[in-house]
Amino acid sequence: MTTHQEFRTGDTPLPDIVILTHKLAREYQMGTELVRALRGVSLQIRRNEYVAVMGPSGSGKSTFMNLVGCLDTPTSGEYWLNGQKVSDLADDALARIRNKEIGFVFQTFNLLPRADALHNVELPLVYAGMRSAERRAKAADALTRVGLGDRMTHRPNELSGGQRQRVAIARALVNDPSILLADEPTGNLDSATSNEIMGLFKELHRQGQTVVMVTHEPDIAANADRVVTLRDGLIHSDQKQAA
Amino acid sequence: MPLYEAIRLAFQTIRAQKLKSAFSVIGVFIGVTFLIAAVSIVNGMNRYMTDKFAGSLVGVNTFHLRQRPDINFNVTDSVWRAWRRRPRITFADADAVSKGLTVPALTSWFSEDQGTVEYGGKVAKGIDLQGAGADYFAIKNYNLAEGRPFSPQEAKAGSAVVVLGWDLAQKLFAGVDPIGKTVRVQGLPYLVVGVIEQQGSLLGMSLDKFLVAPATSPIQRDVNPPHVVDAVMVKATTVEGMNAAMDQVEGIMRSRHHLRPSQDDNFAMETAAGVLDFWNGISRIMFAVGPGIVTVSLVVGGIVIMNIMLMAVAERTREIGVRKSLGARRRDILRQFLAESATLAVAGASVGILTGILLSVIINAATPLPASVAPWSVITGVILGAGVGIVAGVYPASRAARLDPITALRQE
Repeated sequence: MTTHQEFRTGDTPLPDIVILTHKLAREYQMGTELVRALRGVSLQIRRNEYVAVMGPSGSGKSTFMNLVGCLDTPTSGEYWLNGQKVSDLADDALARIRNKEIGFVFQTFNLLPRADALHNVELPLVYAGMRSAERRAKAADALTRVGLGDRMTHRPNELSGGQRQRVAIARALVNDPSILLADEPTGNLDSATSNEIMGLFKELHRQGQTVVMVTHEPDIAANADRVVTLRDGLIHSDQKQAA
Repeated sequence: MPLYEAIRLAFQTIRAQKLKSAFSVIGVFIGVTFLIAAVSIVNGMNRYMTDKFAGSLVGVNTFHLRQRPDINFNVTDSVWRAWRRRPRITFADADAVSKGLTVPALTSWFSEDQGTVEYGGKVAKGIDLQGAGADYFAIKNYNLAEGRPFSPQEAKAGSAVVVLGWDLAQKLFAGVDPIGKTVRVQGLPYLVVGVIEQQGSLLGMSLDKFLVAPATSPIQRDVNPPHVVDAVMVKATTVEGMNAAMDQVEGIMRSRHHLRPSQDDNFAMETAAGVLDFWNGISRIMFAVGPGIVTVSLVVGGIVIMNIMLMAVAERTREIGVRKSLGARRRDILRQFLAESATLAVAGASVGILTGILLSVIINAATPLPASVAPWSVITGVILGAGVGIVAGVYPASRAARLDPITALRQE
């Protein structure tokens, strides 16, 4: 078990804590039934940690991922991201947090099919309001970082699965986010390509990137330094492991 | 996202879905095409009426003294019967007007009827036979292509001389010099002294199928009852002169007709402005009907665009989810879809404008109807197009903006 300073409501997280959740809970109304997807998750993730979140389906890991990704707001509890309390922010403010602090990597890549790689990577910068020339340069940089410097004008359907996921990673990195948040990043890839992507994650982590990865595959989770397992909406285990 | 990014994105989407985009803007396209074409025709007619029709029928700074208005619109039967009971304008009236006017002005008697003209076995039927004074040519601005007009002496003496209109001269004298030849008008011989320059056509009718003879020549029997004229034409040098002349003529005629002050004039004085009143009546009707048709097609066009946009939002739910996850705010998504529907509609309207302009060019070239594109109708077309696009886009765009990113991302 990792040891962290005890957090109480009203406290502020320490400066090196990127993600802090305190008794985070999320309930849904499904018809007449109340579903308690998360039932009080308290977790702290330091800067430059590489954390895998595991759990069987229904464990609440998707809900947790949506909350951490600021796509959803908790029913109760606190969520601090990079020193800012985001659990009670409104819609547009959350959009800004997603834009500045979070880089998403999805299982299905979620690239825009009609746009080329460069434009896909530029997209977060468009919403950040960056000027066109600057945007282009940063997007090109990010693509080069993931080894796709020569594929900038290709559209997603002209790229392999691994290359598509690299474009998605470049898009996630382009805004220099506090966390790289990956949801089953290798779920749609064969094992060789999966290893490639895991190698890229490791390299990004080595360069100082904080990575949070949701997965149900133990092999993939084995790449992380720390594995948090959820079960029935609660933390079941939280282990450091040798990288 | 800045507006120009949204518009660029909209163009990308439209280019990617050309056929669907084309179908979706058909309503707007038709509406705007109709707007431009219809306004062009009305506008062209307006200009034509002001510049040419009124000018050639009556003339600048000119008025016609008549028993009743020659050009009229929407006259009731009782008014018409009252007009017919009025005394006609006689030679004596015409003389009195010419002599009584102190304002500098040209005057001419004028009568006309249809008749037949013959020369050397060739027959021209349905020719406008005109009896007039010597100043008639100056009043009508007729220049002579050949020969000369008849002189005041010939006019006074009632000599049997004629000046031919261009088409008539061409018909009777193909390749032959008509001057000095004798034509038969309703069977009687007249000496041709001149040919008037070609006047062109008016709404498809030739303005050159006529001849002019002195009003007191034998032609008087063919055009009117004895000692009666259709009109006295008076042309002043200025508008003020014309108004002064009208006042004088009114006074002369009222005293000749022994009208008491309480009685209305029992004669008419027709000006170019009066002729335009007639036209304005018609153009008002067109301007009342036109907007109805444009509105209907734009409303239909708007509904089509709204449906297409709702489809686009449904199809691109996942894209919306991705954009939101990358930091797009509600207003960014709203703007994107509004820009798309507005761009779509403006594109449709622009094609409609071009088609409308093309139509009016074709109408101008292929039919006697004059058409000229009104600049305001082009601007209105663009504004209407953008307006329809924005109004039709509001509902789909707000639905897109309100989408929950998690649900949207889960969409297959």
